Amino acid sequence: MQPLLNSGPPKGLPVLNYTFDWSIITSGQYFDWLVSGLVTTLKLSAVSIVMAFLLGLLIAVMRMAHSKPIRWLALAYLEFFRNTPLLVQIFFWYFGSYKILPVFINDWLNETGFEFAAAAIALTIYTSAFIAEDIRSGVLSIPREQMEAARSAGFSYLRSMQYIILPQAVRITIPPLVNQFLNVAKNSSLAMTIGVMEMTYQARQVESYTFKGFEAFTAATVVYLALSIIITVLVNVYNEKVLNAHKAA
Amino acid sequence: MEQFFNISVISDNFTYFMIGRFPHGPLGGVGLTLYLAVISCILSFFGGLILGLLSISRMSIIRYPALAFINLIRGMPLLMVIFWMYFLMPALFGKVAENNTVIMALTLFTSAYMSRIVVAGIDGIPKGQTEAAISTGLTHWQAMRYIVLPQGLRNMIPSFVNQFVSLIKDTSLAFIVGVSELTHVATQINNRTMAFPTEIFVFIAVVYFILCYAFTSLSRWLEGRLAWRKAI
Repeated sequence: MQPLLNSGPPKGLPVLNYTFDWSIITSGQYFDWLVSGLVTTLKLSAVSIVMAFLLGLLIAVMRMAHSKPIRWLALAYLEFFRNTPLLVQIFFWYFGSYKILPVFINDWLNETGFEFAAAAIALTIYTSAFIAEDIRSGVLSIPREQMEAARSAGFSYLRSMQYIILPQAVRITIPPLVNQFLNVAKNSSLAMTIGVMEMTYQARQVESYTFKGFEAFTAATVVYLALSIIITVLVNVYNEKVLNAHKAA
Repeated sequence: MEQFFNISVISDNFTYFMIGRFPHGPLGGVGLTLYLAVISCILSFFGGLILGLLSISRMSIIRYPALAFINLIRGMPLLMVIFWMYFLMPALFGKVAENNTVIMALTLFTSAYMSRIVVAGIDGIPKGQTEAAISTGLTHWQAMRYIVLPQGLRNMIPSFVNQFVSLIKDTSLAFIVGVSELTHVATQINNRTMAFPTEIFVFIAVVYFILCYAFTSLSRWLEGRLAWRKAI
């Protein structure tokens, strides 16, 4: 077997000496590793996007509240988490959060696999900052009169948000939200740095066991591409079928 | 009783955080982060310009491969691009320094995103301008070069600055291949001192925040100025 990263002097095009062996990733143990990596990636992304949506909704409502301190709090949250790297946030939650979290949460996290939880928390908070802005621009696209009409009909601010504005805004926000899911799936690859065995981690693992880096990384790349193609097609279908049909009606 | 927030771990290692072992060794820390971001930003500006122009070419034999490449890169996590470079570059060119591997990966990745900015900027210039230019006798390329691009590029400046902010954040991934930028320096210090992870990671988060927020504000200011310019 020819190792890929030979540290000797460069001799022409060593890539030409490389023999491809696709069988290792299409069946057997390494295939199982890659599949389990994909499952972990999907699980991590699904958990994070659902929590990030709820948190993002809360931040978006806070961002548009009447009270100034609440607005400032939401803005500070947005700016801070959007302007720091996700990797640093993951490291913070993984290595540094034990000092600021209560003891019973730390115990619970240690029992339930801290790597996954830390990655999910970091992804949730990072993504919620982007989702909040998506939701906010969705809300801003709803005409002002709707809010005024709701208020004059006797709804409180929160109730008019809940029953009138947000249901419409969320419908507009669905395409950017689905794209955020794609971003989460791609960003979840950073969880490998703290040992979450997701897709990229497993590809790396297959590479270090077999020296078949090209095959392993091709497999992971194809999976990520397939995900993004499926999601892009879904968004386009949604845009055409639902949003345009709704506009025409 | 240990102090809740131990500042001394930061102040003792402050120079190391900022420039690594610079005067006596390789540049590291914030210095290397900015170096990687600036070099990759300049390279990916040209990369994005070329890819963007190729992706709106009228010849489908050029347009489709360019679009396929852009979507391939945009569909991958940056980490994956870094790994590809890490394995491909030595196989193609022999031994390559880690810094250059990371710069190549960041450039490829950001070029794909920059190309979308370039296309949007060109789309933002009214079609009549191209038509007018062509009717005065310029070729298609000349119209692009002398009429559309100079105006379009000016409108793209805020988006470029935003992309630079993303680049600063993305350089943290260079940690994976052992490039000693800020995040790597932080993990080194964390491994050495063991006891202060909260302090260290909060500190570098704040450093990244200051860097990125400065450029985000610059981008907003530029956007306001451009809007004002258009209004008159």
